[in-house]
Amino acid sequence: MDNLNLGPLPGSARKGILTYLSISAVVYLLMMLAGLVMRLSQAGIIGVPPDFFYQLMTAHGAGMVGISGLAASAVLWYFLRRYVELTIGILWANLAFFLIGVVLILGGIFIGGYGGAWTFLFPLPSHSMGAWSVGAAASFMLGLLLIGVGFLLFYLDIARAILSKYRSFPRALGWPQLFANSDAPMPPATIVAATMVVIVNTMGIVAGAVVIVIMLVNLFMPSFAVDALLTKNLIYFFGHVFINATIYQAVIAVYELLPEYTKRPWKVNKAFLAAWSASSLMVLAVYPHHLLMDFSMPVWMAVAGQILSYANGIPLVVVTAYGALTIVHKSGIKWNIASGLLFLSMFGWAAGVIPAIIDATVAANNVMHNTMWVPGHFHFYLLVGLVAMLFGFMYYLVHKEDQGSSWIDRSAFLLYVIGAIGFAGMFLVSGMNSVPRRWAAHLPEWVSYSQIASVFAILVVIGATLFAIRFITRLPQARTV
Amino acid sequence: MIQVQDFVFILSLALMACVLAAFVFVLRHSANKTDYKEVQPKAYRLRRVLFGVILVGGVVATACTISPLPYAATHGGLIDGVQINVEGKQWYWVFSQDHVPANTKVTFNVTSGDVNHGFGIYDSNLRLVAQTQAMPGYTNKLVHTFDQPGNYQMMCLEYCGLVHHGMISSFTVTDPVTSTEF
Repeated sequence: MDNLNLGPLPGSARKGILTYLSISAVVYLLMMLAGLVMRLSQAGIIGVPPDFFYQLMTAHGAGMVGISGLAASAVLWYFLRRYVELTIGILWANLAFFLIGVVLILGGIFIGGYGGAWTFLFPLPSHSMGAWSVGAAASFMLGLLLIGVGFLLFYLDIARAILSKYRSFPRALGWPQLFANSDAPMPPATIVAATMVVIVNTMGIVAGAVVIVIMLVNLFMPSFAVDALLTKNLIYFFGHVFINATIYQAVIAVYELLPEYTKRPWKVNKAFLAAWSASSLMVLAVYPHHLLMDFSMPVWMAVAGQILSYANGIPLVVVTAYGALTIVHKSGIKWNIASGLLFLSMFGWAAGVIPAIIDATVAANNVMHNTMWVPGHFHFYLLVGLVAMLFGFMYYLVHKEDQGSSWIDRSAFLLYVIGAIGFAGMFLVSGMNSVPRRWAAHLPEWVSYSQIASVFAILVVIGATLFAIRFITRLPQARTV
Repeated sequence: MIQVQDFVFILSLALMACVLAAFVFVLRHSANKTDYKEVQPKAYRLRRVLFGVILVGGVVATACTISPLPYAATHGGLIDGVQINVEGKQWYWVFSQDHVPANTKVTFNVTSGDVNHGFGIYDSNLRLVAQTQAMPGYTNKLVHTFDQPGNYQMMCLEYCGLVHHGMISSFTVTDPVTSTEF
């Protein structure tokens, strides 16, 4: 069943993957610069007016999540096409929807002045107190909707491809082997991960589309009543699932490439299958940990949010991060920047979820929710985890086997590691000291944290700039298989 | 006295250091090549131990923290002490009362007159001591007893628009010995 297609990547598919990643590298840099400007402003080093600060914050939040989704879908597509037949046209259609959506989002923010954050919590988009128009908010949300449509097409094509080979999602998740002791060959890790991502992210995107449509109707017809808590649930369900699914599709690069670098197989066994099936359920059910300070939520949901958040860390730590350590341990691996970034990413993910899981404890959330602690943990597992994973994949694509890592690459790696850990760490220190998140201006007592964080942010930007330049200038030598 | 934030930070740092130690250990031994068949069985045995440790840790953490939860008053539990109504508006707080004596149980009935806000209570050291969300159409009841007299600040902890960072109000907790109001 699992005959591999290791033939050359069709020209248009190769172009598509490289276009996805080139756009991602450039957007990452722009969004990092936006982040740096915000930290410099909070540090009192530069002056940014609040309206522009919140516009930057909105662009940074939506942009980082969106572009991570795009880059991670390139990882997914690149490896998945080795196992199933995917439609190249859909790869391009997703990109087209994405770009049209980005134009609408940027127009809504920087022309219309929309600064309601990526969370667009009801009814803020229609209650700007004159800062932006209804049209600007609608443009932003319509942009998100179009991007969602593109991703939905993308996942439906993957679902079609998986189902045409495995006939059902349970088979693709390895349930016959897991629950019925079937002696059929285990599905490859990439198939298991792709199936999980398709299931959960389709639901996430549909939930997002539903709430966006509801809020768009309300924008133009305010008499159409909307419940603030219901929309908040839908928004956080969508946001939580989308960003998690992004990491789960990017980690395919680790499953596929660490075996290549270590010359050891990433063996799919029952523990692996159980972990991914459990993650599929928990990623969907765990989102109430974003709503622990909404006391009107049903209590059982808060309790479930805490317990499932603890449980959700087990598959990651015990199977994926531990699996990466096992495969690398005493492997004789010849390190390069790609494998180094992939290894770093597993540390970033595994370490970054720790403050996140602890924050999901109601007693801790009571004094940590919406402080800088929250961007602290997600910047840790996204910047040190996900983004390192994606840059590692980019390096893999353009790095020739016989090509050593130059001092520029090594310097970029070092700057990025120190900068990213220090930057995320300063968010955590700020969170411990109760500094609120999403504040354009900080009280004098808090300014020093932002000043130190700004230094680390500059290191991140320099490191990422070097990564991006190395990737883009080496595109002509990118792999063809 | 150690505050929750400090404990959370130290615990996070300690556990992250354990993860870092594991990665550094593997990194330092990665260049030595050993047959994978020798590495795997040991690793799998150790994984079972790790799984057990995490499982026990999770159960203990749940048992220690799952009660009491701050939701009882909102869901019809017994409400006593001083009742203070709080309404968040872009970009200020409206209180039915802006001072209480220390060591008095206070229930803040928190709602919003427009968009989502976050009602965060900061002590005089700028430490967050309690919070709840302020939502249109809902009233969240935050029960809190102020141990120390002093000047507290109520800050907005949910992004609510252009002057979100300026949505700060003062709240006074008086010394019960010198206060005659209650």
